[in-house]
Amino acid sequence: MSNTLFALVFALLLVAPLALAGVALINTGLGRSRSAAQALLGSLAIMAVTAIVFALVGAGVAGLPGGPGLSFTAAGKAWNWLGAGPFLLRGLGAAPPRAQLALLFEFPAVAMAGLIAWGSGADRWRLIAGCAAAALLAAFVFPLLAHWIWAGGWLAALGVNFALGKGFLDPGGAATMHVLGGLTALAVVWIVGPRKGKFPKEGLSTAIPGHNAVYVLFGCMLSLVGWLAWNAAGAVIWLRAPLAALPATAINTLLCASGALAATFAVTRIRFGKPDASLCANGWLAGLVASSACAALATTGEALLAGVVAGIVTPLLVELFELALSIDDPSGAVAVHAVAGMWGLVAAGIFAPHAGQLTAQLVGIAALLGVALPLVYFLFALLNLALRFRVEPDGERIGMDLQELGGGAYPEFVVHRDESFR
Amino acid sequence: MRYAGILVMPAGFILTIAALLLFPAPAERLVFVLCGLAVEGLGLAVAARGMGRP
Repeated sequence: MSNTLFALVFALLLVAPLALAGVALINTGLGRSRSAAQALLGSLAIMAVTAIVFALVGAGVAGLPGGPGLSFTAAGKAWNWLGAGPFLLRGLGAAPPRAQLALLFEFPAVAMAGLIAWGSGADRWRLIAGCAAAALLAAFVFPLLAHWIWAGGWLAALGVNFALGKGFLDPGGAATMHVLGGLTALAVVWIVGPRKGKFPKEGLSTAIPGHNAVYVLFGCMLSLVGWLAWNAAGAVIWLRAPLAALPATAINTLLCASGALAATFAVTRIRFGKPDASLCANGWLAGLVASSACAALATTGEALLAGVVAGIVTPLLVELFELALSIDDPSGAVAVHAVAGMWGLVAAGIFAPHAGQLTAQLVGIAALLGVALPLVYFLFALLNLALRFRVEPDGERIGMDLQELGGGAYPEFVVHRDESFR
Repeated sequence: MRYAGILVMPAGFILTIAALLLFPAPAERLVFVLCGLAVEGLGLAVAARGMGRP
């Protein structure tokens, strides 16, 4: 890797955390006003906890590209399933430049996975439990997947071992960040349960709209900057893309998000008579999530198509999950991150010009659903026994800000009676 | 029901891995991988039904 390329990717990775800021703002805006400070402080705390735990433990479990790993042999093939890198980031300065950048890529990635789940537990998930869950994610679950996908693990080796394209490809972190984050969000929602009053004993679910659409929409704009940087950096690090390929990756990212927004705008306009701001934000984010998988692998037309599909499906799934499956997911993370991420991975398999790539992508998705979700659910269920996830009913009533922080985000605002607590 | 659903999901994953080992032909392998994903989907649906509205 040339010095110029190293400097460029390093600079891009310094911009990538803007995507975290964007998602944190979106999560905060989609929650209630009486939990806003706790939501944003929680996002910051999760970024800090995941960084510390990943540096201490996770980076060793994940390993580095080309680094050592634990393997076993079955059916004549080597199955590299766990990294064996040094703990506490020892020897980082002597690592090859690409490995150092890969590690820098993974720090905000693990924070993103934690933030996604945090948004789904809004208004009832205790801060300390959220931080503990993020620590578990950063110590073991994320590193396991990062090793399989990015550090020469068995998913990355599907191409060499089974002639499946170039192996499982995830240049922007659609699987490790978004699908993992979305599935973790599903596990959290199952464990903490719905907000009080969300699903009355009779009738349809109660709408609990986000408290600040401006935060949500500004978060979408901020996310775009981070995503552009992240996808371009990922293309260089994980696909070894040349400099000349980066403008197309950035344009594809923008087109994917734009196509998704346009589609969600049209779907909500047709469905409700007027475009829905929070669902449009979900659509935009779903397009960005899909771009994480396919922006570096697709043509501009294909990227636009991937975005349009994500934008059509997302608002319908948000509604389906709430009405048919009683999933109270304030940030829509299950549809936006898990499903759109999986769609992006499938789209990458369809659009990539390598034979067998689609099968490799499907095997990766099967690993996420069949290993990551059960693992996260059981780990979090055990953690919930030791450190209760859900706040007391009275705490939920007065809001997470007063309950956990002792003060609200908007102290001079008049607090209105909440009809859902009748 | 919820735990049964969640436990079915790794079974689907094992089916997917079996597809890699048992079927060298690309078309058969893809179909079998899709079958593994279908089993996982079934497990997810059962788990979601079990965790739904009390």
